[in-house]
Amino acid sequence: MAQSFKFELVSPERLLISEEVETVVIPGADGEMTVMASHAPLMTSIRPGVMTVNMSGGKAERYVIFGGFADVMPESCTVLAEAAVHVDDIDRGDLEQRIADAREDLADAQEDDHKQRAQEYLDQLTTLHGAILPA
Amino acid sequence: MASLKDLRVRIASVKATQKITKAMQMVAAAKLRRAQESAEAARPYSQRMGSVLANIAAVVGDGAEAPRLMTGTGKDDTHLLVVCTGERGLCGGFNTQIVRLARDHVRRLLADGKQVKILCVGKKGYDQLRRDHANLIIDRVDLREVRNIGFTNADAIGKKVIALFDDGQFDVCTLFYSEFKSVISQVPTAQQIIPAKADSEEAAADTSGATYEYEPDAGTILETLIPRNISVQVFRALLENQASFYGAQMSAMDNATRNAGEMIDKLTLSYNRQRQAQITKELIEIISGAEAL
Repeated sequence: MAQSFKFELVSPERLLISEEVETVVIPGADGEMTVMASHAPLMTSIRPGVMTVNMSGGKAERYVIFGGFADVMPESCTVLAEAAVHVDDIDRGDLEQRIADAREDLADAQEDDHKQRAQEYLDQLTTLHGAILPA
Repeated sequence: MASLKDLRVRIASVKATQKITKAMQMVAAAKLRRAQESAEAARPYSQRMGSVLANIAAVVGDGAEAPRLMTGTGKDDTHLLVVCTGERGLCGGFNTQIVRLARDHVRRLLADGKQVKILCVGKKGYDQLRRDHANLIIDRVDLREVRNIGFTNADAIGKKVIALFDDGQFDVCTLFYSEFKSVISQVPTAQQIIPAKADSEEAAADTSGATYEYEPDAGTILETLIPRNISVQVFRALLENQASFYGAQMSAMDNATRNAGEMIDKLTLSYNRQRQAQITKELIEIISGAEAL
């Protein structure tokens, strides 16, 4: 059995998970990554995506997170999510609203740098939309 | 002396008022519990945020790499005061206390020859500050429609502040709100959010660990982390304020209910006295009438 470690998922509103887990799959800025116990200290920003948490009991939970940060330590891992929703509770309207907002941001963006970032964010959201809510 | 009927009307009216204040007190108590819960639920996030921030700040340091939101513009000529108050009254000195603190601050800054700009969050603070410093208020945020304060509300305010900062509108930003100590004690607080002051104690505790790896890199993370932190601070202030507001309202309404009770007792006493006096008078009239026969 894999070693377990302390995992916490916090959104600005509340603490969503605080449990012993075996692995966590985080949608990091530079790609998906699986965090296990004794991971080297790492700080990464998160892109919108699905995070899978494998609890010590063998149960797996999936959460949709919209950006944020992960703070990984050998004995613990903390995810500071901008917003996090359990996959079962995801609201199609909310996601579509976010996509619409992102489109507006893109349309408003003036500088190339800003535009590129907005485009990336929009792409990530649409990918997410396709992944969790097959039309 | 008021007539019996006047007294009766008066008592009925005070009783009606007492019922209202009593109901408001109970509503405030229920809402206070919820506000307190959400303030507590939000605490882990801001704590973790603080330690993460201190952590990165220690790595990046005060070098040229550090974003301006953290180091400031190097001047302190123009101050932005974000004054968070309640949307409603009937809460004792809650709004007034925050406004007084802000006003003292404004006076001091003006006396030092600084420029002051005010951003009002909440209607009551705006109403009170408008009297003296209408020309300093640059904007106001209305949360009247908002039932439960969410992070999005705070984020909107945070973004507004950052946009002003990027525009070079101010150098130092201070947040005014009321910290919730307990139901009977709310402390008006001023907190500087720009330039951000990293908590040195937390930094010392956290950097004892191994060096971090950063993805994509420390500078980029810090750049997104700091604006987020400002929104988080605003969010925390709003939640604290919310809890303080209901706390203040609860004790104000408790006092009002008690005062109404005292008043009813007094009025009832004088009502009974007067009624008794009238009965005695009537008796004397009857008796003296009978004796005269």
